[in-house]
Amino acid sequence: MANVHEIRVCGGTGCHNNKSADLIKALKKAIKAADLGETVKVVETGCFGLCEKGPIVMVCPEETFYSQVAVEDAEELINTHFVKGEFFTKRLYKTIKDDIKRKAFSDTEFYKKQYRIALKNGGAIDPEDIDEYLAVGGYTALEKVLKEMQPADVVDVVTKSGLRGRGGGGFSTGQKWKFAMLAQGDKKYVACNADEGDPGAFMDRSILEGDPHSVVEAMAIAAYAIGADEGYVYVRAEYPTAVKHLQKAIDDAKEYGLLGDDILGTGFNFTLSIRLGAGAFVCGEETALLNSIEGLRGEPRPRPPYPANKGVFGCPTILNNVETYANITTIINDGWEKFAELGTEKSKGTKVFAIGGKINNTGLLEISMGTTLREIIFDICGGIPNGRKFKAAQTGGPSGGCITEKNLDVPIDYDNLIAIGSMMGSGGLIVMDEDNCMVDVARFFMDFIVDESCGKCPTCRIGTKRMLEILEKICDGKGELADIDRLQDIAQTLANGALCALGQSASNPVLSTLANFKDEYLAHIVDKKCPAGVCKNLTDFVIDADKCKACGKCKKACPVEAISGEAKVAHVIDQEKCIKCGTCMSNCPFDAITKK
Amino acid sequence: MSKQDTITNFDAVKEIVATYRDMPGCLMTILQKTQDEYGYLPFEIQDAIAEELGIPTSEVYGVATFYSQFSLVKKGDYLISVCLGTACYVKNSQLILDRLALELGIEIGATTEDYKFTLEPTRCLGCCGLAPVMTINDDVYGGIVPNDIPDILAKY
Ligand code: FES
Repeated sequence: MANVHEIRVCGGTGCHNNKSADLIKALKKAIKAADLGETVKVVETGCFGLCEKGPIVMVCPEETFYSQVAVEDAEELINTHFVKGEFFTKRLYKTIKDDIKRKAFSDTEFYKKQYRIALKNGGAIDPEDIDEYLAVGGYTALEKVLKEMQPADVVDVVTKSGLRGRGGGGFSTGQKWKFAMLAQGDKKYVACNADEGDPGAFMDRSILEGDPHSVVEAMAIAAYAIGADEGYVYVRAEYPTAVKHLQKAIDDAKEYGLLGDDILGTGFNFTLSIRLGAGAFVCGEETALLNSIEGLRGEPRPRPPYPANKGVFGCPTILNNVETYANITTIINDGWEKFAELGTEKSKGTKVFAIGGKINNTGLLEISMGTTLREIIFDICGGIPNGRKFKAAQTGGPSGGCITEKNLDVPIDYDNLIAIGSMMGSGGLIVMDEDNCMVDVARFFMDFIVDESCGKCPTCRIGTKRMLEILEKICDGKGELADIDRLQDIAQTLANGALCALGQSASNPVLSTLANFKDEYLAHIVDKKCPAGVCKNLTDFVIDADKCKACGKCKKACPVEAISGEAKVAHVIDQEKCIKCGTCMSNCPFDAITKK
Repeated sequence: MSKQDTITNFDAVKEIVATYRDMPGCLMTILQKTQDEYGYLPFEIQDAIAEELGIPTSEVYGVATFYSQFSLVKKGDYLISVCLGTACYVKNSQLILDRLALELGIEIGATTEDYKFTLEPTRCLGCCGLAPVMTINDDVYGGIVPNDIPDILAKY
């Protein structure tokens, strides 16, 4: 019998929406047609991380890496790779930088600089098959903990590893567990925050979809450490695949005796269930999430008391996010020393980033703490598309700030990011180029916060609304210089007076854009111009009569019939009618239309 | 689909409440299951849930209006969701949304008079690699520009 090959096809949300399910069907059909059913099998895996180039296909064991494989390619891929025994060059993944077709997965720029702990099984196993997880060492950490370690030892190992919460604040995970372990109470809970709210961050979804057992196992370990017997995973309802895979993982673990009563014959009991969120960003805040698990309005509670003493249903609770849990089994299995070797002095281990926006390789990556933004953006992710210039990168989502060219070489860790006016947050990283208006971006985030402010405390409810109104005014060209002082003033009040982190950090995007791009604010306020050509009231689209060849393409494309012109006569845009959608500009073959 | 009628049959509500009432913190789950069943949560449904659970309607209303996924009004046959997550926003998804509003002749967030389309912005759909992204029910459209909209709508 020939070698047995496995074709791994990414079934993560990104690739799924790029028709990977149809591709799998087509591949299976082609395998059958070529009579290879005995030697080649197709597996649907979790996310590989390179979402931009989906659907991703990897042929193992040789790790040949194909990208953007269309349904129509299936037959040819099978015939070339397996029947003829050659590479299917058309879809071999190529790196953007040197354009050399790369063959092996581990050989690509995108993967070479990464260090994967939380994402270790993404793309490597079938997430719906517990046996595959067991085959790569799954549940050995749980067994070790239950049979060889005391709860205090577990807490100790996690503390010594230096692991800090990956969801935002960066609080020591071991400390958190310790407080809950020491808290008095007959009933305790462990909870997992999978209510990924930062728009543009999707690592938690990816981990739950691609490696759900790693979270289940880690939660059982945490439960043992603090003395809990029940747990909840609070998942965004917008993540149906993640919910499905997680539920399957829980059910299978129960069947294998890895959840439920008397786990592995040690007398330890632990049950786990899923609670669905219903769309509220504030539920990412820990006390709000607790309320939501209880079925109430997801409003934050004043702290103290902290959840470690009074959490779900008033009982001691630990709450960690998905990525934090995904580090636990590695720490237990490989030892805290190995984990603590990675990263910087105060930020150990790795961090997953979801990188999006104006970047060549949109996707998920995991780097060791201390990597610079320049390495992430330009080396790993291939830089900015279309030859545009890098302008800023936003980390920390609506609570974070932007990082500019001058700080690209700062090693990324929790403390450094705060020092340069941003924050780690959950690891969303949005890259912006010269076509993005920073005032508009600040307005966008404030709009988001106003929408998501729960309304419980007036500081946040009213303060954010006032800030949004001022930003809208500036974007509309009606701003005045005093508005800048007003923004700063309200920002201060919010930071001091809001009840929870959502409000306290709500003004960060405004403050950081003000600090780094004051000239853009001034251009809007004083010159009444939007330099990036985004703010509609401050931008005019005009046709250069010298360049216009009167082809009529823009006129045809305009949705509001704002363009007039006859054959052979340069066309003109009626500024009154124009809705500034930019369609004419992208349809002009002669680059005759510009923004002024 | 016809316009919003008053609901008079609450059998499903009763069944759902009976199934979940003993679960601690059951209200959100009940609302989710009920919305799956009826498509939305008008006042009469909220009243029925409150009565079954023996709690004030205000409590049900408080939760139903807190979370963006619960809808108090009926939606169209096709729900068009345009992602306004950050990754999509910086790639001009707002222009997509504006163009849809223009083509459909409705405000953002509204439903067409024939209850065919509802147009809504959403937050990150988790496939930022395809930005800007929009979905129409289960169909996903990625990497689109405003001019693609008329052809896409014509399919429905
Ligand atoms: S921001 Fe639109 S899919 Fe993530």
